[in-house]
Amino acid sequence: MKTPASDHALEVVNLKKAFGGLTVTQDVSIAVQPGERRLIIGPNGAGKTTLFNQISGDLRPSSGLIRLFGTDITYLPPYKRAHLGLSRTYQIITLFADDTLQHNVTLGLLGLQATRWQMWRPISPYSNLAAEARKTLDAVGLLHLAAHPISDIAYGERRRVELAVALAQKPRLLLLDEPLAGLSDMERAAVKSLIAAIPRETTVIMIEHDMDTALDLAETVTLLNYGRVIVDGDRDAVIADQRTREVYLGT
Amino acid sequence: MKWLGWALIAGSLLLPPLLAGDFYINLGSQILIAAIFALSLNLLVGFGGMTSLGHASYLGVAAYISALLTSKYGFGQGAAALVSISGTVAMAGFFGVIALRATGLGFLMITLALSQVLWGLAYRMSDITNGDNGIAGLTRPAPFGISLDGPVSFYWFVLIVATFAFLMMAVFVTSAFGSSLKGVRDQPRRMAALGFNPWLIRWITFVYAGFWGGVSGLLYIYYHRYIHPTSLSTTSSAEALLAVIAGGSGTLGGPVAGAALVLLLKNYASAYVERWNMLLGLVFLFIVLVMPSGIVPGVSRLVTKLRGASR
Repeated sequence: MKTPASDHALEVVNLKKAFGGLTVTQDVSIAVQPGERRLIIGPNGAGKTTLFNQISGDLRPSSGLIRLFGTDITYLPPYKRAHLGLSRTYQIITLFADDTLQHNVTLGLLGLQATRWQMWRPISPYSNLAAEARKTLDAVGLLHLAAHPISDIAYGERRRVELAVALAQKPRLLLLDEPLAGLSDMERAAVKSLIAAIPRETTVIMIEHDMDTALDLAETVTLLNYGRVIVDGDRDAVIADQRTREVYLGT
Repeated sequence: MKWLGWALIAGSLLLPPLLAGDFYINLGSQILIAAIFALSLNLLVGFGGMTSLGHASYLGVAAYISALLTSKYGFGQGAAALVSISGTVAMAGFFGVIALRATGLGFLMITLALSQVLWGLAYRMSDITNGDNGIAGLTRPAPFGISLDGPVSFYWFVLIVATFAFLMMAVFVTSAFGSSLKGVRDQPRRMAALGFNPWLIRWITFVYAGFWGGVSGLLYIYYHRYIHPTSLSTTSSAEALLAVIAGGSGTLGGPVAGAALVLLLKNYASAYVERWNMLLGLVFLFIVLVMPSGIVPGVSRLVTKLRGASR
């Protein structure tokens, strides 16, 4: 019996993406259960970020299907996906450098609220929105820097703001694109515990190269290579798999 | 120190009609009109990251509609103003759909092309627009029976409208919507991923800028009581862009300072220097070299520095 689509948080079916003659996603199918912690691994150029970009809507797939909680989102613009509960972070930090930390998180909150169209009165620093933003900053341990512009703070802290902006939206599905990239050991531990603390209402899919940290967070793993799914399944089974050793871990 | 700045601004706005001669009062009115125009362009250029080289379209079309309706079709001033503004806003809505198919240089070229079309029409459709002769012999409105024919009463009228326009645009850019607009300017991809519709945000801003461009066009036609295709020309658009950049794009005071600079040079310096355009070019060059972000941000940085040094 075929399971109904709505059982999955995310369902990718036969996804293909080609840039001219170069096929970067070849017939990828994955299914992620609600609440799951999925790690996507693969060598550089395996098509991990390209897959994320198609899920978030930054890239249009050449063919295939993407379902978010049963809704076909394959050709939906990115902002509509956000309203369906999808949120993501970027490998290259994408924040508003001249604005304060609080404003950055506020933008994340604003994106899902009707008040974002409000144009007849100034945005208030004392509104519910601001309080909510400060709460989120507190959760990632950056409340003391709330009034500083992004350009003032260190790289490791920016990574945490990047996460805070996405978390503030309380997404149903969160895509994390290398959340640990470029961090020191101590910062890694801090971000790791933040990710571990994400509530189960949020399904998490993560691309990460730091296996030591990422494997602790993951329950299931998908290995991509040359745009194809090579192995897919429970963490331990995928790690033990011979193909994983050949393609990614080395012997 | 802050009160000194406010006192200077209030003084320079309120004193001219009491102290200065007609020439300077009229110059003041012109600066305020140009300031509204530059502020509206700044919504696009500074806050939206949409550099338009066709903003004169909104000033010119609003002015032409009002001129034609009152002089040829027997409309009253009020009705003409209403039709003129609605027509300009509708045009901005339509032009926005075309121009916002592109961003950056593409956007600039489309706005330029659209404004050139209008300029060409104003020139060539001479049976309606009088072509190169322009439309003369217009009158100023008399709101609540108050005649605006004198320079002083007209100045007060323009000052009220300009103050209202400034406040409305200031609220606009500091509102939640304004935050979305600046976000879309800086990180459109991220904004879309956060749930904002970048296209719609840009389009609404485009229309809003067109609205205030139209308001400045009405004041423009009231002031000059004459309209010529030049008002729709690229030169007219570029002059406003120059004012925005020289004054400081993305700031609220910048376009006002820039508009004042351009008009002072145009009206005052041209009495002494024949090639005032060259002078304008030199001044602009100087500003770009010394204060690349514009007069207002440049001066405020200088003031902060001097204060720090005096401490």
